[in-house]
This record gives sequence, structure tokens and C-alpha cells, in this order.
Amino acid sequence: MSALRFIGTEAPRPDAPDKVAGKAVYIHDLVRPGMLYGKIKFSSFAHARIKSIDTSRAERLPGVRAVITGYNTPEIRIGFIKDNFALKKGKVRQYRDEVAAVAATDPDIAEEAIELIKIEYEELPGVFDPEDALKEGAPLIHETDPRGKHRTDNIVPVPWKFVSGDVEKAKSESAHIAEGYFTTPLIQQSCMGTAGCIAEFDLQNNLLIHTKTQIPFLAQNDFNRALAAMGLKGKNTRVVVPTLGGSFGTGLDTHGYEYISILLAYKTGRPVKIVLNREEEFASLSPRQPTRTWISQGCDREGRLTFRDVRMILDNGAYTSWGATTPSVMMLPISSIYRVPNVFYETKIVYTNNTYCQAMRGYGNPQAAWALECNMDQLAEAAGMDPLDLRLKNKNIPNDITPMGLNITTCGHEQCLNAVAERLEWRKLRGKGAAKARGVGMASLFHVGGSGRVYRSDGTGIIMKLDDFGNVSVIAGGIEMGQGFTSALALASAEALGVTPEKVTVVTGDTATCPWDVGTHASRGAFTACNAAILAAEKAREKIFKLASEHFMPRVHFSLKLRKKKDPSFEMPDLNWERICDPSEFDLKENVLFLKEEPKNPLLRVTLEEILREAHFKEQGTMIVTEAFYDPCNQMLDAATCRGNLSATYIFGAQGAEVEVDVETGEIKILNFVAAHDVGRVLNQQTIKGQIYGGIAQGVGYALSEEYRTSKGRNLNPNFLDYKILSAPDMNFPIHIECIETLDREGPFGAKGVGEPGLVPTAPAIANAVYDAVGVRITDLPITPEKILAALKRNK
Amino acid sequence: MKKVLSFVLNGHEVSAEIESHKMLLQVLREEFQLTGTKEGCGQGECGACTVLVDGIPVDSCIYPSFEVDGKSVTTIEGLLGEGNVLHPIQAAFVAHGGVQCGFCTPGMIMSSKALLDETPMPTVQEVRNALAGNLCRCTGYVQIVDSVLSAAEKIQAEIKQ
Ligand code: FES
Ligand code: FES
Repeated sequence: MSALRFIGTEAPRPDAPDKVAGKAVYIHDLVRPGMLYGKIKFSSFAHARIKSIDTSRAERLPGVRAVITGYNTPEIRIGFIKDNFALKKGKVRQYRDEVAAVAATDPDIAEEAIELIKIEYEELPGVFDPEDALKEGAPLIHETDPRGKHRTDNIVPVPWKFVSGDVEKAKSESAHIAEGYFTTPLIQQSCMGTAGCIAEFDLQNNLLIHTKTQIPFLAQNDFNRALAAMGLKGKNTRVVVPTLGGSFGTGLDTHGYEYISILLAYKTGRPVKIVLNREEEFASLSPRQPTRTWISQGCDREGRLTFRDVRMILDNGAYTSWGATTPSVMMLPISSIYRVPNVFYETKIVYTNNTYCQAMRGYGNPQAAWALECNMDQLAEAAGMDPLDLRLKNKNIPNDITPMGLNITTCGHEQCLNAVAERLEWRKLRGKGAAKARGVGMASLFHVGGSGRVYRSDGTGIIMKLDDFGNVSVIAGGIEMGQGFTSALALASAEALGVTPEKVTVVTGDTATCPWDVGTHASRGAFTACNAAILAAEKAREKIFKLASEHFMPRVHFSLKLRKKKDPSFEMPDLNWERICDPSEFDLKENVLFLKEEPKNPLLRVTLEEILREAHFKEQGTMIVTEAFYDPCNQMLDAATCRGNLSATYIFGAQGAEVEVDVETGEIKILNFVAAHDVGRVLNQQTIKGQIYGGIAQGVGYALSEEYRTSKGRNLNPNFLDYKILSAPDMNFPIHIECIETLDREGPFGAKGVGEPGLVPTAPAIANAVYDAVGVRITDLPITPEKILAALKRNK
Repeated sequence: MKKVLSFVLNGHEVSAEIESHKMLLQVLREEFQLTGTKEGCGQGECGACTVLVDGIPVDSCIYPSFEVDGKSVTTIEGLLGEGNVLHPIQAAFVAHGGVQCGFCTPGMIMSSKALLDETPMPTVQEVRNALAGNLCRCTGYVQIVDSVLSAAEKIQAEIKQ
């Protein structure tokens, strides 16, 4: 690859100026003519029968345009296995169940109307602990499955099991074994911009919905099905995505509020906007699943891993989202982080009357890493080894196929471990800080780096449209959520095509104009879209060079003649102006076409826009629009064996922390933090660091402060006073980031996906450092001062 | 109950008839269509709605609108110079990656403005403390702090010239 001009620079983001000026338009800022405001009435119980709903007073309130319930609207089934409904009938199964909704001319009126709706319930016994839900005689959350078949237990019919080798035999032969039990809490994504949408119908009853989503095209499919359920079969949905105020997994499913806006818009014939307020966002979006993990690992005398046995229970909550597929990603590190021959992994996902869950950034990997990486340190202790040495001994290596069938190509695991050790001064500090209650800890990460095929297609489309000013519209199916998608795509497009980045406009977020994409998740946005852009750019270059073969020399001639006219002393070179060049003779860089043979000749240069105009403005003219659909070379997991190469490449990393524990208060202070990630190649220095810093902040919150607390299914802390995401003073410690470039052959310019991994190993790295500092191992996140103090007391 | 409020908004004298229960945030967004000021929580916890009232940063979502009568309010829109020239703090957030999703950004910038007006060359610690009430879920704050520090230097350098 010739020298890169834009990739790897510190380019500012193209979306930043509008955002700093307050001009970016989020769903909150969007107003449509004649718009009404929708509001949802949520359940007052976690589990209850709906006996009656009285909407008459709400309907009479001036300004109210519609009141809907599950009883006066068509049934719309939603969710990953269609066990959920837009509006509930018969019974409610969680506090956030939508029972009724209104549309009114003003948000205050909508709110008042909601209060006027009276619902009579008959409370049912609930079950809030997934292990209780598995017991015989536990209340059934769903009496029937989506097909109407009788259910007898609370197990979600999405099983996950992976077995390789013989774990029992390996156990009996291991020199050292460490067992552990680890749990993680519910975590709220806490996007600063809450969720919302505006639904409206045109006069042909096609739906236009502006909505906060990561999956516009899957949403289009979901909404088209809803239209069919509403008697509008064959009608289409256009999904338009405004600027997103973060997403972090909240936009992986379509939501009750979206269907309710659609129903209200259809009923009233007016656009209906529903934006969740902060409390509703906490109460009615799907948080990251909590997990319970029983793990054991063993090694031989030399410290080589012999087996890994992991059993998990996931609290699904009352309904099933795409989050039920997170075990497919948990399985990656569980089967394959560090080389281990014998693996047993099984996950049960269980219905309860808690809020239903979804994936958050990391897609199950933070939960898996929490158990794996803490248990690695336990094993190191059992084997009498330094945890760094145990990790290095079993490190992942390039060009290896793991028992799960993951085809590891490039792999910077070892470099990452060494980089962290060096920066943290591991050899100097590990095990030596007890007197000052200081310690160091580390953890690794293994994640999809080349998208992840959880859907039949893992593809993404790009359309490249060149105009006669040499501008390039890169029309993409992916979504900018704040992560820097548009920036990476603009740089990659400019680089691949041979134009400067300011010539590129990235257009996203409209299913009517943008090509299909499965969704912006799995750290796949830049990886897939930039790969598609490279393909589209190649096609465009081919066309450009073909046009150049015809127009280049005449164009040179023309401009030199002009020059001669202005400056009679100019000597016209002696060239064959009629010459038809071969397309293969050209190159295009930074908006200028030239002959490869004479790249430096100042006379033989024509701008791209001149050629495009020549080709366009003539009889039988032409223009350049190309497209490409990139579907990575990865596989869906085999349903029976859970084997397959889920991602086109894998990302590795290690993070380490030095901490000091205040043994009086239990307070943990991070003194130093290091993150070394194998990123394939840095596309944009600024945004890649932004992704990793931001990931670390979410990881430290996961480690130390965040917990979505519930009591009998009701959220107790639906605000930022009680749900603690970290603030600027909380993050007051040095963070050193090292990006290790392994130049992956599948990656665009060698890059791997980097969106999620930043937070994956953070919590176990901190927990391991705490253990090194004061000898207490906290196994249930978050690691609060109370837990530290209690553990210190027990240790005495 | 409605009340007529007169105040200075981004340098212009304005007046409007406002329902007295409305908070300043709603007045800015609904009455004056200044949607650059964001609502992240509506209860004084996130700082997305930060504006300056007589130079002091306030959470406009819990700032009763009638209290601005006779005062001067600056919003993010008020920082932009003629010809869409970014204020040095805005420019620094662009240059140093202080922006990701951008939802916290207007509030962050207004808090930073208040800080730099008071303390032209703050320490890292002072920047972090000044932004304590502005939550950001995307950035981890590192590049935001860098942005503010670099803006401080730029502004001082400009003053010296
Ligand atoms: S919106 Fe005002 S503090 Fe959050
Ligand atoms: S940039 Fe997204 S919340 Fe700060």
C-alpha cells in the first residue's frame, strides 16, 4: 500500500462544528407540522392481571386527540422471539409494560391525560430472581409461547451451549484449579440524549418515522410488519435517524414507544412525537443483562491452561430482545481467550418479572471478561504464578484456529500484555504495595474485530456519488452515534478514491436513500463501511480513468492554450494532444489526475472536477455513481454446536490499573491506568482515542459505581444522583493508551473494529489490582467501599 | 398564570409572555427556538442545559423563567461569532475531540466559558471541578479537559497580541 495521506491522521470530526455550535438536530429538537405529543401509561405492578381500563375521563380532556390501549388497537408483536406486544392485554409482566397511551396537542395535556386513565389490576405473585424463576412451581411469566403452545417453565427458548474436548478428564489431570462465582448487575446505558421518535403517515398510508435507532433497516422491516398487523400490508416505512445523543445498545431493538407513536399517528392522522424523559428512560429502556457465572479453570504444572468450565444464568426480564444473542459473543472469550483445549460453556436465559434486558456496549463481553479475568488471577495464585506470566504463557497467537472455529489472523495479544506491563511497571510494583495498600492488576480482552454475524446478512452498502464540482457523497447504511463513524468513513473514502477529505460528505440515516446495512453494532460500523467504501472507490476510479483516457489530453491542451494566451512567453510543450491514453496510465490523488509515468510533471495534471464536467456536460454525457455491498467473510454460528468463524478478524487488548485502597473508608483510588489495544490500524488518531477513553470511563463506572438497583422489579434509582455514571473529577487519573497496529488483511487499510472493546477488561483489571493491594477479592460488581470494608473485616 | 419577561438574550433585548411555571430551558427551546441548549435530565443532574445568567452557569432546566427578568442570558448560540466563526472554546472542542455524540457539548462549553471568564488559566484540577456538574457518557472527559486547556491558552495568546 502506498503512503497514506489521511488515514491515521488526527483529523477533526466533520460533525463536530455543528455540535459545538448547538446546531445539530436531535430528536428532541425536531418539530413536524401539526405534531401531537404522545405519552405512555406504564404498569403499576410487576405482575398482574388487567381487570379493566377506563379511559373515558382522559378522552374528554380538551386537547386529547387519541387514547389507545391493547383493546382498541390491532395486536402488534415485537421482540426477538415476538413474546412482547406494543400494548399489553390480559396481563402485565413488568413495571414498564405499556398499558395505554395518549396523543395530545401539548405535552402537559398528554401528561394530565395519562393520570386520568384508571386501570384495575389483580396482582399476581412475581418472581424477581432468575434462580427462583427456575424452581418448580415458580410463577410462570408467560403461560404460552408466541405460537400459543403451553409453557411449563421460565426458560427463554434461546439456549447456548459450547463443548470442546473433555473438561471432566482435564479437571482430574490438572495440577492447579481455581473456582469462582461472579455476578454483574443491571447497567443502564445512560445516553445523554434520551430516546424518542416522531411517527407520521403520508396520504398513501406509508409511514415516515424519525427515530433514535442503530438498526434503521431492521427497524424498517419490523415497522413494515407492524403496518401489516394494522391492516396496511404492502405499505412501506421510511426510517430517518436524527443526530443521536449516544446509543450504546439502546437502539438495537425496536421499542414499544415507537409502535405506540405509529398507532397514535395512524389514529389521529397527525405526526406524533414521543420522547422519553430521564426517569422514563431509566424505567423503560432495556439495560445490560445481569449475569451469574460459575467458573473454574485449571492448568498444568507449567501453567498451561487445561480446561475452562463456565456456567451462566442470565436474567432476561419479562420479554426477549436481541440481547438474548449476547452469549454468542460471550462465547468468544469463554472458548478462545488464552489458548485452552477443553471448554464447557452453558448459559440459561431466564424470564423474570424484572425489566427486560438488552445488550449494552460490549454485547455480553464485559460480563464474560469479569468472570474470566478475575478467575485467571485466582488460578495464577493457585499455581503460584505471577498473573502476567500466566497470561503470557497462554496468550493468543496469530494464525490460529480456536476450538470454536474462530480464525485468528492478526493478533497483538502479546504486545498488548507487554505494553501494559511495561507502562504499569508491573515487575516493580506487583505484589509489593501491600504496606501502602497499593496494587496493580490487569486483564485481557478478546472481541469481534471484523463485525459479527448474528444476522443472516452481515453486509453493508455504500453508494458513492460524484458531482461535477468533484464533491463526493458517500451514502452509507451505518449510523453515527457519536463514535466517529462519519469521520472514519470520510477519511477512508478520501484515501481510497484519491480526493481530499473535505470533498467528502457522508450521508447516513435514511432507509429511503441509503443502501442496506444490518446495523451499527458489534464494533462493525467503520470496519464494514470503510471496506465497502474501498470497493465503491475502486469502481469509481475505474470509471474516472476511463473518462480521463478520453478527456485528459484535450483538457491539458485547453488549459495550456489559455495559459499561453495570458502569458505569451509561455512555451507550449510539444505533445500529442490527440493521444488517447490507456486508463491504466492514470492515477488520482488529492483531487488531481496525472499520468503515473510523470507524477511530478506540473503540466500534465487535470483536476477531477474538470474531467467530471467534461464528461457530464456534453451530448450523451455521463456521471459517476458507484455502489458496493460488503459482506464480511465470517460465519453464523452453527445452531447445534455453536461453532463457526463469527467475525472476519478479532481484536485483542489488555488493560491495567494501579490502585490505592483506603482501608479506613474502603475508597478505591486509581493512580494510573493503561490500555493497550490491537486495533489493526488507526484510522483517525483522535476518534480512536475518544473511543478508548470513553470505553474506559464506562468500564470504571461498571467497576466502581454503576448499578441499576431494583426492588421487586421496580427501579429504585432512575436518575443521575442515584445512578452514578462518572463525572470529570471522578476520572481524575492518568490514562495511557497504546494502539498496536497489526494491519489486518481483512480490515480497511488494516483496521479492526474498536467501538466496544474499551470497556471490556476494565472492571476485572481494577478488581485484580484491588486484590493485589489489600488481598480482598470482590466478586460482585460494582466494587463499592462497603463491600471492600466488609471483606477487609472478614479477612482480619 | 402568564407573565411578561424582558431580558437580554445573547446580546439582544427580548420580551415574551411566559406561563410562570415554565423553566428557563423550556422558554429558550420553545419560545425562542434556541434548541442548542439540551435537556438531558430535566432535574438539575446532568448539566446538558447549562446557560449563563449574568455570567454565572446555571442548570436552565430548574431555573424558574421569571427569575431571568431584567437579567442577561447567554446560550451556546450566543457564542458563535458573525459569519459562523466559532468561539475559541468551541473551536478547541472541535480540534481536540471534545465532542462525540455532542449532546453534553453545549452545556460543557457554557460551563467552560464561565470557568475561563473567571479563571483564564485554570489547572487540570480546576477544569475537572468546573465540569463536575456536566456529565458526559461518551468521551471519558480526557479530550474535553484537553480542549478547555487549549482554549485557555489560545484566548490568552490572542489577548496578548
Ligand atoms: S437537563 Fe438540566 S441538569 Fe440535566
Ligand atoms: S459527547 Fe456524548 S455525552 Fe458527551
